[in-house]
Amino acid sequence: MKKINLPLSERDVKELRAGESVLLSGKIYTARDCAHKRMKEYIAEGKPLPFDVRGATIYYAGPCPAKMGEAIGSCGPTTSARMNSYAPMLLNSGLKAIIGKGEMSEEVYSALRYNGGVYFAAIGGAGALYASKVKTCSLVAFPELLSEAVYELSVEDFPVVVAADAFGGNIYKNNSK
Amino acid sequence: MRTISSKEIENAVYSLALKACVSLTDDCAAALRSAREKESSLSCAYALDLIAENAEIAKQRHIPVCQDTGLAVVWIEIGNEVFVSGDTIGDAVNEGVRRAYRDGYFRKSVCDPLTRANTGDNTPAFWHIEIVKGDKVDISFLPKGFGSENMSRIYMLTPAEGREGIIDCIVKTVEEAGSRPCPPVIVGVGIGGTFDGCALLAKKALFRHIGSLNPRKEVAEIEQEALKKINALGIGCQGFGGKVTALGVICEVMPTHIAGLPVAVNIQCHALRRERAVL
Repeated sequence: MKKINLPLSERDVKELRAGESVLLSGKIYTARDCAHKRMKEYIAEGKPLPFDVRGATIYYAGPCPAKMGEAIGSCGPTTSARMNSYAPMLLNSGLKAIIGKGEMSEEVYSALRYNGGVYFAAIGGAGALYASKVKTCSLVAFPELLSEAVYELSVEDFPVVVAADAFGGNIYKNNSK
Repeated sequence: MRTISSKEIENAVYSLALKACVSLTDDCAAALRSAREKESSLSCAYALDLIAENAEIAKQRHIPVCQDTGLAVVWIEIGNEVFVSGDTIGDAVNEGVRRAYRDGYFRKSVCDPLTRANTGDNTPAFWHIEIVKGDKVDISFLPKGFGSENMSRIYMLTPAEGREGIIDCIVKTVEEAGSRPCPPVIVGVGIGGTFDGCALLAKKALFRHIGSLNPRKEVAEIEQEALKKINALGIGCQGFGGKVTALGVICEVMPTHIAGLPVAVNIQCHALRRERAVL
């Protein structure tokens, strides 16, 4: 299986195609509903975002608390469609990759094409498996949001499927209806 | 009259919640294995393999199957010969949930609908009480994730729409949900009753085992026909395009008004977790 080191390179973006299974290693940032709302406000106010989104990978997730001695609790993906109104803004600011689950909007897919980005689908409901792929976890911003805060995760062989590539390929549109 | 202390109910809820969040139910695990055997799409088969591996890791490491440890849905059947001493049943259930979500390192997912401020302890729980004959207390716990809850719908059909209308709205709900509720899903359906009663019935259906048929023949036929139509949609595991979009359709029925035909469709993701204890 193809292994990819994050951040995603221009070459990765050119080569990845919808439907491919890949293992991701490197740094990713968690953010979901509340964190995105805050980041949108930051952009509107011209304030710097709590982490550099240029080239970055955002993971739509809100993990369980970590037990003693573990990096993180259960941490599968959440439904990406709820971030439809935020994703194009971040992709236009340099975000390279999104990890989530389920279909997103046409606006998001065209922002991926326009900016050269990739949307990866993690397997929803596999939070224990994904926890075992997280090596370190540190708080980046918004601690008051608890599980919805922004965390930086370092992951190893994190299994995902390319859901939407930079060329219009889309796994959800290939459904064998 | 049998006296049961509220502490016993609290402790039962505590144990059920701790166990439920880290384990898939046997019926769901079996339905997923059978889905894997039927599935020919490579992406769906891969996703189903990862889901099976996930259940093993959750069991071994005793961590939640899914990080969405849900709203705590608790179904209680209480015998008419039982007197509960101490706190109210609601307080006992909430205390059991509060302790379990803290001690189990489960995610606290309950917030104010407007300010979005988290309550911090996953309470309130959403409990329902049915009074039955006897001197037992039967408690079932189901942590309900919201990826699937968000895709649930209620329809106030007309009597003229009848059986076909019921099947159509079950299938339509799953089709419109697409990849979002973490398919393969389990579909709980309430047919009849009032606006609220119908929705509660759909939730109650999720406590019935996958693959069990409603004892009423015409209802069982709706379950089977709706399941067949759903699996012909081609959505597949995670929406990757495949043969198995639902693991089961479970319908519960109650009488309704002569002018109406309410149908509620409550979607449950493939990470079905529920535990039961009888006191």
